[in-house]
Amino acid sequence: MDNAIYNYALRMGDTCLILSHRLAERCSNGPFLEEDIAMTNISLDLLGGADLFLSLAAEVEGEGRSADDLAYRRNERQYYNHLLAERPNKNFAHVMMRQFLHDALLHPLYTGLKLSKNEHLAGIAEKGVKESAYHIRHSSMWIVRLGKGTDDSKEKLQDALDDLWTYTGEMFEYNDEEATLAKDGVIPSFEELKTTWLKTVKEVFNEAGLEVPKDKWMATGGRQGVHSEFLGHMIAEMQYLPRAYPDAKW
Amino acid sequence: MVTQDKKINELWELIKEVPDPEIPVLTLTDLGIVREITMSDEKVEVTITPTYTGCPAMKVFEEDITAKLNESGYKQVSIKTSLSPAWSTDWMSEEGKEKLMKYGISPPMGSSDKSVLTGIVKNVPCPQCKSTKTELVSQFGSTPCKALYQCSDCKEPFDYFKCI
Ligand SMILES: [Zn+2]
Repeated sequence: MDNAIYNYALRMGDTCLILSHRLAERCSNGPFLEEDIAMTNISLDLLGGADLFLSLAAEVEGEGRSADDLAYRRNERQYYNHLLAERPNKNFAHVMMRQFLHDALLHPLYTGLKLSKNEHLAGIAEKGVKESAYHIRHSSMWIVRLGKGTDDSKEKLQDALDDLWTYTGEMFEYNDEEATLAKDGVIPSFEELKTTWLKTVKEVFNEAGLEVPKDKWMATGGRQGVHSEFLGHMIAEMQYLPRAYPDAKW
Repeated sequence: MVTQDKKINELWELIKEVPDPEIPVLTLTDLGIVREITMSDEKVEVTITPTYTGCPAMKVFEEDITAKLNESGYKQVSIKTSLSPAWSTDWMSEEGKEKLMKYGISPPMGSSDKSVLTGIVKNVPCPQCKSTKTELVSQFGSTPCKALYQCSDCKEPFDYFKCI
């Protein structure tokens, strides 16, 4: 089995799945109906991406497991999502900030991955890049709108940024295996992604009047399966049904 | 070989009758999601491409195609999903676009690439009064493929089938 592809597909699939679930938890809590629909739509797109990446992981693994098996039959220590994705929902500004920090990575990541020498990854990215363009447009619009809104909305947004910034460093971490993939043109380079990401977020924060946090200590661990206390609770809820009724079909 | 081609044509005709589960005025071929049909011996393989990755209608597409072909005597049907080239609204038939407009959904305008660059699509015609004085309400609508607009003239809110 190709371990490098397997691990990369899990990293991407898990990040999409966990963030999708966080957004799904917000269903019916949007500030107004259209926004509620928007967030659940984005959740659905991310779930679709997760399905593609996890299906690829399952195929590469070759043990007869499916994407569903990977999503529902692993424990938290076997999840490799970015820590940012599992941060719990607070207020709307916080949810949008988490989303924007993620979208600003996912869109250029898909753009680069479209050129992958691995045709499965390229296919996933070709699909994903179109959807993620809508996502980044949506979340960056909200960052500017809330930043230029009331004192209250701006304060909540800045608090969210200060709180979540710590979890952004990990999105650009890579190991030797991933360095080789990048060198071989299988995945986009993390260094280049970081440059693009920083440029985008600084531009948008500037327009929104937000202060970019000074470089500080960055949290890490998601990629080794070491998570915050929040992931276990989320997974317990997410996996309840398939664990309680393992072979249920509907 | 001639009979094989004839069968493939027949299969295309059959699939043409399968409606989109969410927008029943459109057929799957209007949408352009059926990419290829092949046949070897009695086995039929239909290649489709997803509209949106998480679109829950995809499973229904597969079941509806299989059911349609089964009832016409093709018992061994498999559905293959292909991601590349990615589905684009550019593949929607002109006939499909007209049907959408009549149904009350404004069809995708222009080419998909352009809309990604320019962002919000302007002058989307209102399916009720045909006015182009309309405004985007939300990039996301009742299904993944739609955005929500409102007409400034007749005030009707309506769905726009967005370009991807
Ligand atoms: Zn009108």
